[in-house]
Amino acid sequence: MTLLGTGSAIEASADHRKPRASDPIVFPAQTISSMTSTICAPPLQRNWPLWWKLSLAGALLFVLILAVAIGWLFYAGIGIWGISWPVVWGFAIINYVWWIAIASGGTFISALFYLAEVEWRGALNRIAETITIFAAACAAIYPILHLGRPWLFYWLFPYPNVMGVWPQFRSPLLWDFAAILTYVISSILFWHFGLVPDLATMRDKADAPRTRRFYGALALGFRGSENAWRYYSIGYGLLAAVMAPLVISVHSIVGLDFAGAATLGWHSTQFPPFFVFGALLSGFAMVMLVAVPVRRLLGLEDFITGRHFDILGKLLLTSSLCLSYAYLMEAFTTFYGPDAAAKRLFIDKVAGELAPIYWTTILFNVLAPQAMWRRSVRLNETLVVLISLLVIVGMWCERYVIVVMSLRRTHLPSAWGDYTPTVWDWMTLFGTIGLFIAGLLVAIRLLPTVSMFEMREVILRHARRHR
Amino acid sequence: MGSVFRPAANFWASLTLLMMALAVAAFSLSVWLWPHSDDARRVNWAPAQPVPFSHQHHVSGLGIDCRYCHASVEVSSNAGMPPTYACMSCHSQIWTNAALLEPVRNSLKDDRPLVWRRVTDVPDYVYFDHSIHIAKGVGCSSCHGDVASMALTYKAKSLTMQFCLDCHRDPGPRLRPKDKIYDTSWTRDATTPAPELLLAAYGVPQRNLTDCSICHR
Repeated sequence: MTLLGTGSAIEASADHRKPRASDPIVFPAQTISSMTSTICAPPLQRNWPLWWKLSLAGALLFVLILAVAIGWLFYAGIGIWGISWPVVWGFAIINYVWWIAIASGGTFISALFYLAEVEWRGALNRIAETITIFAAACAAIYPILHLGRPWLFYWLFPYPNVMGVWPQFRSPLLWDFAAILTYVISSILFWHFGLVPDLATMRDKADAPRTRRFYGALALGFRGSENAWRYYSIGYGLLAAVMAPLVISVHSIVGLDFAGAATLGWHSTQFPPFFVFGALLSGFAMVMLVAVPVRRLLGLEDFITGRHFDILGKLLLTSSLCLSYAYLMEAFTTFYGPDAAAKRLFIDKVAGELAPIYWTTILFNVLAPQAMWRRSVRLNETLVVLISLLVIVGMWCERYVIVVMSLRRTHLPSAWGDYTPTVWDWMTLFGTIGLFIAGLLVAIRLLPTVSMFEMREVILRHARRHR
Repeated sequence: MGSVFRPAANFWASLTLLMMALAVAAFSLSVWLWPHSDDARRVNWAPAQPVPFSHQHHVSGLGIDCRYCHASVEVSSNAGMPPTYACMSCHSQIWTNAALLEPVRNSLKDDRPLVWRRVTDVPDYVYFDHSIHIAKGVGCSSCHGDVASMALTYKAKSLTMQFCLDCHRDPGPRLRPKDKIYDTSWTRDATTPAPELLLAAYGVPQRNLTDCSICHR
């Protein structure tokens, strides 16, 4: 029985709700039609249980807090934040890098692993892409707010203006604008394009005329003809091929935002790959953090199995090892190099006033994921959620170290300063977390949480193999 | 199960998409083009003034020099607006009872300056200095237009940043001989010295004229 009580093949699967090492990618009891009705049932259910309503109400409260924080920011200016000279980048940049990194998991799983033709992605790509959309939306808010005069954000865009000047094309900050814009737009396109056949299924499954019209309009007239499928798979492959390199370029450019400045601790050639590693770690962590409870709440145990837990755990561990290498290289190049100021900054990081934040980063991003070496940990729902949560927090601490530490201890000791976030900083941070959760809740309410048309292929292939 | 939509829906869906694309294009185009327009920049705009002062009459007709009223233009960032006493140096003798000049007489009587409305304005973050432009051979009309022919003073140039930069990037052709600076009908002709000669004569530094801090502090 699921919490929604949809009553289908799920009921028979009570014995394998706990992920096991021997789990297949999809349980053989599931046929194409049982899978379709299981996945279509939650969005078509009229009344959703209390947990959903309460979570949405809680998330919307934080969205309201976000609206207040942004409204006051627009009225009063960025002086309400903790930033000042010399720490001119604060929460806005930390949160921006954090969110855009969280967004990476979806693109990586659904685009790169699509091109690699891995079978297990079919059950996870919808959840992962939905995470991408809302995390990227949260990320995109911050650079605009950080501008100081947000209503002039379009000045970042190279257009023939009356000022007679162009944006500085040599600045990574301009590339960043282009990269984020491209990333957000193509993520939304990829998400919707991947949804079209499933929306058509929903249209055909729905009873109420209004529901049918809603899904019908979103399905853009997809009828599943042979011709439509042929063009569809070409289009999907093309979009995946566009998206896969984008996830690398976006995070490289975020790294260059820092590396392009001649600031201590930032001016390093390893920053682009370092940021890609960090992005993947937090992306995979967020996919786990969301997939584990959603699997239980919507009764998706037959599709997101022990096999998926195992793979995601290994991916988390791999990206954590890559990131650990980057941390190690950061220490190595600092002491291998000649810059006394850089050495002093590094020692301040690991033994100074804010050292606890640095060591929290190491503990959560490097040490905690090492537990994933054990299969029993990878298959333990509680531990998986806990480690993912630690990684998400750890990644935020990492950005705090990068942004604040370097700026508060510049080359000139006379220009040293400090940074204390204000209540408005915290309100904006928690507000975007509320926005993200609200987005996810609405998405699982309205849309099929697993890609049905891809699951059909997986089920067919498995059925053939087991015959 | 019947179709959700009738065949006409295809037409409306395409039309909606087309209209959305057109709306985006029209919005972008207007955001791009509108700031370039004379309306957006209020070119030819002549605000109502406390007294309908005519530069045409005073400058072209009577031959009064710009500096008689805008006295600090050569030495200060601000060109200076004339005190009521400057008006009264003549108008205590002529047109003493003219109804049009009532606000001027009241200003003197109450010891309160006339409140003229600014025609030529730049944003507060632009640190424009009249004296350096006059000293380096930029005439009044380069920014203010042919004021001597204006019955009512109007804004003659767009004064966008583009307008400023056009000259700062290539000042030579806009410079004029010293004796033509206050001649608002002057234009470059065959007798004007070559731009390079004027640049050299005035010692205009071309290296840093487009630095941000030249105009923005």
